[in-house]
Amino acid sequence: MSPAVDVKTLVIDGKNVSARAGQTILEVARENGIEIPTLCHLDGLGDVGACRLCVVEVKGSPKLFPACVTSVFEGMEVSTHSERLQKHRRTILELLFTERNHICSVCVSNGHCELQTLAQQQGMTHVRLPYRNPELTVDGSHERFTVDHNRCVLCTRCVRVCAEIEGAHVWDVMGRGIDSMVITDLHQPWGESSCTRCGKCVQVCPTGALFDKSKIGSDHPKYPDFLPYLNMMREAQ
Amino acid sequence: MPQTITIDPVTRLEGHGKITIQLNGQGEVEDAHFHVTQVRGFERFSEGRPFYEMPSLMARICGICPVSHLIASAKACEAIMSVRIPHTAAQLRRMLNLAQMVQSHALSFFYLSSPDLLLGMDSDPGGRHIFGVVAAKPELGRAGVALRRFGQRIIELLGNKRIHPGWVVPGGVTEPLAPAKRDEILAMMPEAYHGIKLALAAYKQIAESFQPEIAVFANFQSNYLGLVNEDGSVEFTDGALRFIDSAGNVIEDGITATRFTEVIGEAVEPYSYTKFAYYKPLGYPEGSYRVGPLARLNIATSMGTPLADAELAEFKQLASGPVQSSFYYHHARLIDILYGIEKIEQILTDPLILDKHVRAIAGVNRLEGAGQAEAPRGTLHHHYKVDENGLITWANLVIATGQNNNAMNKGVLQAARHYVKDGKFTEGILNRVEAVVRTFDPCLSCSTHAFGQMPLALTLVDANGGTVDQIVRG
Repeated sequence: MSPAVDVKTLVIDGKNVSARAGQTILEVARENGIEIPTLCHLDGLGDVGACRLCVVEVKGSPKLFPACVTSVFEGMEVSTHSERLQKHRRTILELLFTERNHICSVCVSNGHCELQTLAQQQGMTHVRLPYRNPELTVDGSHERFTVDHNRCVLCTRCVRVCAEIEGAHVWDVMGRGIDSMVITDLHQPWGESSCTRCGKCVQVCPTGALFDKSKIGSDHPKYPDFLPYLNMMREAQ
Repeated sequence: MPQTITIDPVTRLEGHGKITIQLNGQGEVEDAHFHVTQVRGFERFSEGRPFYEMPSLMARICGICPVSHLIASAKACEAIMSVRIPHTAAQLRRMLNLAQMVQSHALSFFYLSSPDLLLGMDSDPGGRHIFGVVAAKPELGRAGVALRRFGQRIIELLGNKRIHPGWVVPGGVTEPLAPAKRDEILAMMPEAYHGIKLALAAYKQIAESFQPEIAVFANFQSNYLGLVNEDGSVEFTDGALRFIDSAGNVIEDGITATRFTEVIGEAVEPYSYTKFAYYKPLGYPEGSYRVGPLARLNIATSMGTPLADAELAEFKQLASGPVQSSFYYHHARLIDILYGIEKIEQILTDPLILDKHVRAIAGVNRLEGAGQAEAPRGTLHHHYKVDENGLITWANLVIATGQNNNAMNKGVLQAARHYVKDGKFTEGILNRVEAVVRTFDPCLSCSTHAFGQMPLALTLVDANGGTVDQIVRG
């Protein structure tokens, strides 16, 4: 006899919805056609709640909750869009743009970039904060790929896909706070690391931080949609 | 009392520049300079970038001639990769470069200079712009707009974008030419031919009346530099450089991009952010030279296309040796356009033009590379050094405007000496001094252009810095 499914009922943006226990607000919202902006989340990868773009309001709490890592509960009332949330999301995007050097016009991902698309969707018309203009390096040591830290938003998708899906765990994060950097192995050049050259990290990178050397100009769309299928096929085996 | 006349900014140019004219106590012109007052810093901030990103980075220098930068940059990258690009890719790039030359020249001639030529140097500055030209000579105005569109549309068809197309990459181009696009370009040919023939006829009609300007618009003996094919015909994209002296003697031939820095040096003057290129064996400033349409026609023995060859023969009749007055840049520009249209038509009939092999792939095989091409306004040279991983460690660009810098300065002085008498000047005189610079069609910044409406102030300043007289326009 199969165990009874634990069903929760809740309200998202005034809509009555039902969910399985343990599901996140993001999953339930998307199942019901309610869009919440995300950046570090990617279907097929574990969530870390790093970017905070998916924050939502939950009735009864003054706090904001990241929808990608917050589980639903019975009777929950969630708002995914409000002036306050819009303001926070825009500010987060502005902070991301000021933190490193995002120059869309000459980026390989121009026109295919998730950060750029989010900024457009959230109505970020300008940046109100001073740019930090840090001096960051480009690692071109890999035969096929390049990492440009100027364009990295520290979403850690590369770290997760390499560890969870490829099983190589070449990518990791070094340093803390504003000084954090994604690194390969123990901060060896990518070309000298234990990289398997599968290219999954390049496909899941939301910006032009990781790119294929043969893709230049702005002809570098990425295809991360393979992940859920890859997971599904592995589970089936 | 010594005085200085300042024209700041110079109008109908691409970018920001100013002219100063120093007068002595008798009100005679002592000296004159053309200053480029902006600094861009591309050579510095490209350091650390992957070399294969350079074409798209460098194209951002200029919104008028991004294609020339794309091509010179891609060629420098191909030297680093040590590859020869496929024939079809070379032909497609040649076509793209010619299309850009046509639109850029159409901009220079019709939008920026034809108001002076067709309406008169002393005409009302309020109407001395492209709209004034369209009102006075509607057919010619329309032809100018159409020629610009012809070039821009070809760039858009090939590169998917009119400005800064990302289609030219190290190794070739990103996608081959689709048959429908070829047919669309061929369908545009008749209107383009009609437009340039009309412009040439109109220019020849009025050129005679500009004899006083021809005599003093940077009219002096100088050397010339430009690309030619092995047979001596005009070339914009490949070939090698030829250097001739003021009598037309070939001083040096076959200067490849690799050898460029062996023979060309760059001097610095305190009054301008643009450098002054010179031919090293002759030293500076004796080795100064001119580049661009006038230089190309003085250097080439033929154009390689029938209609342009006939025009070249007529052009060569203007002088017994090289044509020396910079006023004739306008004439040469129109012949360039005619050549461009004919050559594009020729390229489109190449049986391999639709071939799918348009890109060579390679990594870093050499740590240094240089590339050159003819931009609309003259020879353009890119030179890069990279590390083992292909990251740029050093970059140097020698642009056409730097190579014409000495001639522009001499030309401004020549015209100022002729026109400014007893410390007095009129708006028409001011316009003539600016028009000398316009003949060169310099590209100063140069992502935008302005015509007529830019604020302009010409100030007479005495030795103590006090304003004696001022004319403000805009």
